[in-house]
Amino acid sequence: MIEIRDLDFAYPGGGFRLTVPELVLESGERTAIVGPSGTGKTTLLNLIAGLVTPDRGTIRLDGEDIAGLGDGARRAFRARRIGFVFQDFALLDYLTARDNILYPFRIGAGLNVDASARDRADALARACGIGDKLARHPAQLSQGEQQRVALCRALVTEPQLVLADEATGNLDPSNKTAILDLMFDRAADQGATLLAVTHDHDLLPRFDRVIDFATFRQPEGTA
Amino acid sequence: MSILYLAFAYLRFHWIRSLVLVLVAALILAVPMVSHTLLRGSQEALTNRAEATPLLLGRRGSQIDMVMNALYFADERATPITMAATEEIWDSGLAIPVPLHTAFETNGARIVGTTLDYFDYRALEVADGRQIAVLGEAVLGAAVAQRLGLGPGDTVVSAPQNLFDLDGVYPLELKITGILAPTGTPDDEAVFTDIKTAWVIAGIGHGHDDVVSVDASDENVAAAASLLQFNRITPDNIDSFHFHGDPDDYPVSSIVVSPYDDRSATILRGRYLDPENPLQMVVPSEVIGDLVARIFRIKTLLDAVTVIVGAAALAAVALAVFLSYRLRAPEMRTAFKIGAGRGTILRLLGAETALILSASAVLAALCVILVQSRGDRLVAYLLSL
Repeated sequence: MIEIRDLDFAYPGGGFRLTVPELVLESGERTAIVGPSGTGKTTLLNLIAGLVTPDRGTIRLDGEDIAGLGDGARRAFRARRIGFVFQDFALLDYLTARDNILYPFRIGAGLNVDASARDRADALARACGIGDKLARHPAQLSQGEQQRVALCRALVTEPQLVLADEATGNLDPSNKTAILDLMFDRAADQGATLLAVTHDHDLLPRFDRVIDFATFRQPEGTA
Repeated sequence: MSILYLAFAYLRFHWIRSLVLVLVAALILAVPMVSHTLLRGSQEALTNRAEATPLLLGRRGSQIDMVMNALYFADERATPITMAATEEIWDSGLAIPVPLHTAFETNGARIVGTTLDYFDYRALEVADGRQIAVLGEAVLGAAVAQRLGLGPGDTVVSAPQNLFDLDGVYPLELKITGILAPTGTPDDEAVFTDIKTAWVIAGIGHGHDDVVSVDASDENVAAAASLLQFNRITPDNIDSFHFHGDPDDYPVSSIVVSPYDDRSATILRGRYLDPENPLQMVVPSEVIGDLVARIFRIKTLLDAVTVIVGAAALAAVALAVFLSYRLRAPEMRTAFKIGAGRGTILRLLGAETALILSASAVLAALCVILVQSRGDRLVAYLLSL
């Protein structure tokens, strides 16, 4: 469960400010965040992931306050408990699909590539329909296949929370649906909570909950 | 291990870029060491050979050219002197003269016409076959024999000097009778023959059919219509070979002079001090000493140039690496978001740099080892240029 309370964040230099009085996401809940550009959707994901720290307030994942962690602990927290899916897939061109999926184990604090990690990567790839393409490099894969690899990478560490930032933004309609189905299915398999930023309103009915940042964001001084 | 795995994967995937960086870095590392090795080897080879040659007699002119030609069989052609100079040394009773005739080549190797004294003087031993015995025979230096793949019983042909040289210097086939043991000196790169054989190549001596025709009778002597000159010396025609002119006038490139003692050396040097004398006698170690001093003055300049070029190349490599890091900023951001610390990212970049530098160091070390293992031959080759 994610609990955000009394959150306040402003980028250095002023201008934009994000204020979230209260937001609670239940475990396994699938939540979409929509809203115009510049309303703080990605900033919220970055705050939850511990990439930036709030000026005030708490962000708790299963009771653990992310903002209260030190740098090293936040990195370990991110590596073990959060999976990221990016709009541009962010795959590494020099690694095969299998090595891209295993990438978090190679760089994540306290994680190692062992037999169980490899088995999990292979199983995820098979479940996502790319089991026969693990030896290929990203350039040898279609966009849909690349996003499947990115999804496997996000899930391979069995995170409690999956953050998807415009994960279907670069895909054609058929791939959008397929990737979303996979994301839902695999997250459900692992009991992970899913928080997805999207501009695609056609997909919203499939989420358990939709938060519209156009109305959700509290202007400065009104929180 | 994971960091090394990723670093290696990156370098392998971008193998052209990696290869260029490795080669450039290896060059930066190897060039100073190789040049130092070769220069040191050259200095030692020059000095050792010169110190083993007490005196050298030749035509007055460039002392360096004369020494380089006589000791290292370099291309510098010495204006010849005559055998009369050799006889003078013999007659003086002060030294043993060893004449050298170095005007000709075969297959890129210098043909050195000399006497058997040269082999004793340089302690050259025949490792395979036998020593030269008659006109038209040759023994090969070890490196030449290996390079040409020749052995006793094979032949080499002297290179013609000029296709239109009608009065001599015809190609002469030389029969190889032996291969010298390797010495690590310019002797390994030379083809040795008797000095008379060199004169045959020069056209001073030759063999040909009898000028009297076979059907001539006592009363009716007839000259042959054509005169066939031999370009191969065989047991059948060797007796027909003969020399024209005064033997004292036969050409010699220079003469290695081995005085019996210091006093003899001093006396001999005194005889050739007159600047009007067309001959000069030099002490090779002094000439080479000057040359080495010059080389090392130039080396200092070369070192400075190497440092500047190396620094520029290093800066270029550093810039390439830096730009590569900039291009990979999105990858680093992804790694950071996924859970990598800045230390991990730095270790990843450091591992790539370390792998490149390690490969460069290994390559540079191999170059240096290769140069060192073949140093004598390389130095001998360089000195013969």
